[in-house]
Amino acid sequence: MAEQEKPNETVDIGVSSEYKYGFHDDVKPVFKSRKGLDTEVINEMCDVKEEPDWMRQYRLKAYEIFKQKPDLKWGGDLSDLDYDDIYYYVKASDRVERSWDDVPDDIKKTFDRLGIPEAERKFLAGVGAQYDSEVVYHNIEEELEKIGVIFVDTDTAIREYPDLVKEYFGTVIPSADNKLAALNSAVWSGGSFIYVPPGVKVDYPLQAYFRINSENMGQFERTLIIADEGAEVHYVEGCTAPTFSSESLHSAVVEIICKKGSRVRYTTIQNWANNVYNLVTKRATAYEDAHMEWIDGNLGSKLTMKYPSIYMMEPGAHGEILSIAFATKGQHQDAGGKVIHCAPNTSSRITSKSISKDGGRSSYRGELKVLNGAKGCKSNVECDALILDEDSRSDTYPVIQIDADDVNVGHEARVSKIGEEQLFYLMSRGLSEEEASTMIVNGFIEPLVKELPMEYAVEMNRLIQLQMEGSVG
Amino acid sequence: MSTELVIKDLHVSVEDQPIIKGLNLNVKQGEIHALMGPNGSGKSTLANALMGNPFYTIDSGEITIGGVDLLELEPDERAKLGLFLAFQYPTAIPGVTMANFLRMAVSAVRSEDSNGSETTELIPMREFRRELRAKMRQLGVDESFARRYLNDGFSGGEKKRAEVLQLAMLEPKIAILDETDSGLDIDAVRIVGESVNQLIGPNLGVLIITHYPRLLNYIRPQFIHILLDGKVVESGGWELAELLEDKGYDPIREAHGLTETVVEDEPEEALPSLRA
Ligand SMILES: Nc1ncnc2c1ncn2[C@@H]1O[C@H](COP(=O)(O)OP(=O)(O)OP(=O)(O)O)[C@@H](O)[C@H]1O
Ligand SMILES: [Mg+2]
Repeated sequence: MAEQEKPNETVDIGVSSEYKYGFHDDVKPVFKSRKGLDTEVINEMCDVKEEPDWMRQYRLKAYEIFKQKPDLKWGGDLSDLDYDDIYYYVKASDRVERSWDDVPDDIKKTFDRLGIPEAERKFLAGVGAQYDSEVVYHNIEEELEKIGVIFVDTDTAIREYPDLVKEYFGTVIPSADNKLAALNSAVWSGGSFIYVPPGVKVDYPLQAYFRINSENMGQFERTLIIADEGAEVHYVEGCTAPTFSSESLHSAVVEIICKKGSRVRYTTIQNWANNVYNLVTKRATAYEDAHMEWIDGNLGSKLTMKYPSIYMMEPGAHGEILSIAFATKGQHQDAGGKVIHCAPNTSSRITSKSISKDGGRSSYRGELKVLNGAKGCKSNVECDALILDEDSRSDTYPVIQIDADDVNVGHEARVSKIGEEQLFYLMSRGLSEEEASTMIVNGFIEPLVKELPMEYAVEMNRLIQLQMEGSVG
Repeated sequence: MSTELVIKDLHVSVEDQPIIKGLNLNVKQGEIHALMGPNGSGKSTLANALMGNPFYTIDSGEITIGGVDLLELEPDERAKLGLFLAFQYPTAIPGVTMANFLRMAVSAVRSEDSNGSETTELIPMREFRRELRAKMRQLGVDESFARRYLNDGFSGGEKKRAEVLQLAMLEPKIAILDETDSGLDIDAVRIVGESVNQLIGPNLGVLIITHYPRLLNYIRPQFIHILLDGKVVESGGWELAELLEDKGYDPIREAHGLTETVVEDEPEEALPSLRA
């Protein structure tokens, strides 16, 4: 039975000084499944969504796999995560909105606070925002449609572009890939679907704002991006979440297909509330001469496990993974990247920067494989960790496996502390200790931040500043 | 009224080793002093102790600026009181552009409260840019400097010029220049000398630490002090610099009954192969 109830009290905006977006609006969900997961919940969800039967079957099959798969034995500590104590489907509004004027007022209020319409006015083509489990607002600029680019939420894509979705959905990350991929395949909702036709270059970033807005609510977006031959696109996903006391699970799946000669960049900045488990599977396939880039910034959450990966399928493919992680009190950022060179003459680069503070823990987990026959591959892995105090921790778990000849692989790992000399130098110029260490940390991640779109770079620096506040006595 | 830096009977040690042993020195706004002394005599130790480097321990003595006791103050608070140190070996801060850093620093030293607790209100970007550009032009510093990461990958000469640019932007009352001329070629010494000279005026007091009278040809100090064995043993005018240039430190050492501090020989056991 579905609960038809108001999920939460209204919490005043701006009450939380420790979390910038820690507010929570009073929005009645249209539908909310009961806690926990079984076939009944999944069937109910399919009914509410009015999904085609193939998707229902896909979900049910994935659920069977989820049940059979053992818990993850690596990464962070998931022992407090109770799969039965989570709402798997919450629907905030029964329509997918296209125009800002049509968005219900209370939802609009939340978006206003996140500054979405303003951002849109500036330079965004489409704004997809995830509100509870469903995308309720999704706007595509006319020109996108004119050039044949599809940018919709994935639920809409199932209805409007079933053939395209069926052809690619789950081909990069099959349900059986891992327990969480299976879970997402069973209960996914929302996320973005992007198709860029051959030769089309989208020359502004496409963005989506994600939010979790209901206590104990799981969020399982499913994003699928297909860049056809010679296409170019940059997708940006920013994420903020309110602070709640009980555990929350976010487990997204992102699949990207970069066909011959295409270029795709996927940028994420996530700043989850401190109770969120953020367990994401992200994978791209890059075909001949394609260029794939993951840029991934992880702040907040209780535990993040995220290792964007790229499979280099054909010669000439190039892949880059840039990852920033900031772990503070009670947080574990287990992040990194994976690259599998399946074809000769492919190249890749992984750059990871992590910061640990106030007892936070950040781990780099990386995998680099060059398969038999993949001659002439080049890869470089660089990970830098900055530890701000004695209580904090950083580890590196690199796996490198080379089964081909004539490959060029470099791996470098560095751990550093903020130097007394650097602090003294900056303080001698009038900066307080906190300002000085914030500046050093911002400098540390600058090589990655400068790859971000301008407003995200500013946001990133501001988030770092927030994390650093009150850090020194 | 002009502000004065007053150092009284200062004792400083580094890792329990006394380096400065009873030093007295006063520098007023508007005055130019030069401090000379052999390698390892403690010139940089003094400079760091004045600025509040926690690595250096002040065992006793007094340091005040404008009558305010500096000893309990953090380096940033000292900076806000108008003290500046151009470092002998400036530290690199990768990823932080000169412009961002300077905007923050200038905003900090100009902010009203000197408690350092409040977050600094940044001065408006346009105003800052205009000022930075003007100062860079005045000092003949290339505009690309502003976008480079602070001292990161700078050549020795570029680092020193960056220090002078910071001096120009921060407009302190008292500046200590620790060998701002070392590691520079002859032209660079001239440029740095002329640059500092442009900044000198009634509002700036300077303590120049140097080994070479060359720089002093551009910035002519009114007072010259000789540091030996952790103390200022002689103070005088230009003639002291000339004496040093001619005869070195020996006559001064002799006059004060100091023998040259020889680096202790390695214990012989350390070189068994040579004895065999
Ligand atoms: N950071 C430090 N770590 C270790 N020893 C130091 C440090 N700073 C100073 N010392 C020691 O203190 C003594 C004085 O050094 P200082 O750098 O003050 O000399 P100086 O007069 O500036 O020399 P120079 O002309 O070579 O710059 C030296 O014996 C030096 O080894
Ligand atoms: Mg020195």
